[in-house]
Amino acid sequence: MMLDIRSLSLSIAVDGGPKEILHDVTLAVGRGEAVGLVGESGSGKSMTLRSVLRTEPRNATVTGAIALDGVDVLSLKGEPLRQLRAHQIAMIAQNPHAVLNPVLPISRYLVEGMHDAQGLSVAAARLRAGELLEQVGIDGVDRVLASYPHQLSGGMLQRVVIAGAIAGKPSLILADEPTTALDVTTQAEVMAILDDCRRELGMALLFVTHDLDLAAAVCDRINVMKDGVVVETGVPDQLRDHPAHPYTQQLMDSRPASIMWSPSDGSGE
Amino acid sequence: MSDTNTGPVSETAMITVNGLSKTFRTGVGRATVAALDDVSLVVEAGSCLAVVGESGSGKTTLARIIVGLESADSGTVAVSGRVVAHRASRRELRRRASEIQMVFQDPQSSLNRRLPVQTAVDEVLRVHTSLGRDARRLRCSELFALVGLSDEHLRALPEELSGGQRQRVAIARALAADPSVIILDESVAALDVTVQGQILALLDELRTAKGLTYLFITHDLSVVQLIADQVVVMRRGKIVERGATADVLGRPRHPYTQLLLACAPRPGWKPQRGVIRALREEITS
Repeated sequence: MMLDIRSLSLSIAVDGGPKEILHDVTLAVGRGEAVGLVGESGSGKSMTLRSVLRTEPRNATVTGAIALDGVDVLSLKGEPLRQLRAHQIAMIAQNPHAVLNPVLPISRYLVEGMHDAQGLSVAAARLRAGELLEQVGIDGVDRVLASYPHQLSGGMLQRVVIAGAIAGKPSLILADEPTTALDVTTQAEVMAILDDCRRELGMALLFVTHDLDLAAAVCDRINVMKDGVVVETGVPDQLRDHPAHPYTQQLMDSRPASIMWSPSDGSGE
Repeated sequence: MSDTNTGPVSETAMITVNGLSKTFRTGVGRATVAALDDVSLVVEAGSCLAVVGESGSGKTTLARIIVGLESADSGTVAVSGRVVAHRASRRELRRRASEIQMVFQDPQSSLNRRLPVQTAVDEVLRVHTSLGRDARRLRCSELFALVGLSDEHLRALPEELSGGQRQRVAIARALAADPSVIILDESVAALDVTVQGQILALLDELRTAKGLTYLFITHDLSVVQLIADQVVVMRRGKIVERGATADVLGRPRHPYTQLLLACAPRPGWKPQRGVIRALREEITS
């Protein structure tokens, strides 16, 4: 497996002793595979993701192993860790404003990223930025490149972040609730774009979300997390039809059996 | 496909909204945006009407005008057949608050983080009832029991409760005024999905038990399916489709409703760029 997380436990020092956030988490992501990490608030899904990038809190104690392409991530620091973050893993977070500098135009974000990380000339990077924006379904590329973050909608910004993430052709994309702040129609569009780009470029995806149906739509396998523990792993159909853990069943039951129209039903007339 | 027909005038209408329009100025320039454009609807007594839309649809502005937090440019709102004033006086607002209460997405906004949560409920009892101190304490305890909380929660600070428990407090607070209508503005949107189900079930029970009328503002079609009898779909300040929940969700006619449905995650669903693009083009054409 490309990403191998084994018996990962993480605790944080709080008043009155350590508080365990993750307990014995084991999960894997194969090359080009999309894996979901589904859970509710406080389940530890985001902390698992942060551990892979080594951005867990400073006062956290981590045990277990995380390997990316055989490299022990937990022992990395300094330049090798920076290299890993720049070339092998890209992160897409919930809030694009946290990533994009508000006083710089979009072009600077994309061009500087590629200039620094890949050593492209500024002219070549500018050309490539345009191509990437087209790839994430943006019309009027020049206007968007010249815009500042506050001039664009959340859905547009998240597409820019996706463009930046795929620019370096990383082998793994980490996505932490990337569409949670978006309207439903924008969410569907951004998810479809992320899914398409990832498949075309053969990148793996570790997708953190609270929405089991959303994870099932784009993932090959899903891990269900609760209280810092992976309670069940399976392919989406299997989880839906034969959930083994009562918590998975509970998640399933909290959504209604759908009576909703879908595009394949015809024109709706 | 503009639709201003509210159907036959109803004897059993709890809320009647007629031709409501509201324009906001954006920033310092002269540009204006129509938050509501000739919106009419009826909420029958004892029913739950869902107002569905995305951000910018005008659904929250509609709710705020109905409770009197905002005034309309034109159009009328009637509660129990009585037309309420555009710019409400203090007395009028208090009277309206005893008929209509609101539960917001984030209960933090109606709870003081420094005070035990029962104070929020007690405050409403003080304003809307003539109960003395001991009677109010008893009533708080009853209201907490009604929403599935126990007496030990009364003295808790907001931060000591979970999101679901805080939303239960917000519902108890709304019930304290003994209203006929509760407007729920994305009231379960911030909750975990398993907690969402519990709160929706509670709301459903309360509606039946107390004969309440709900106006439920939401973006989530699963929530609509779980709780609403009727639904109106809003886009850019206009109602584009309305009807019984099963009809609108099962046989949507307007391309925007179809788009919302095509984008709603559910078992077996996949987001499809082609379908989304085609429906968007149909909406703008």
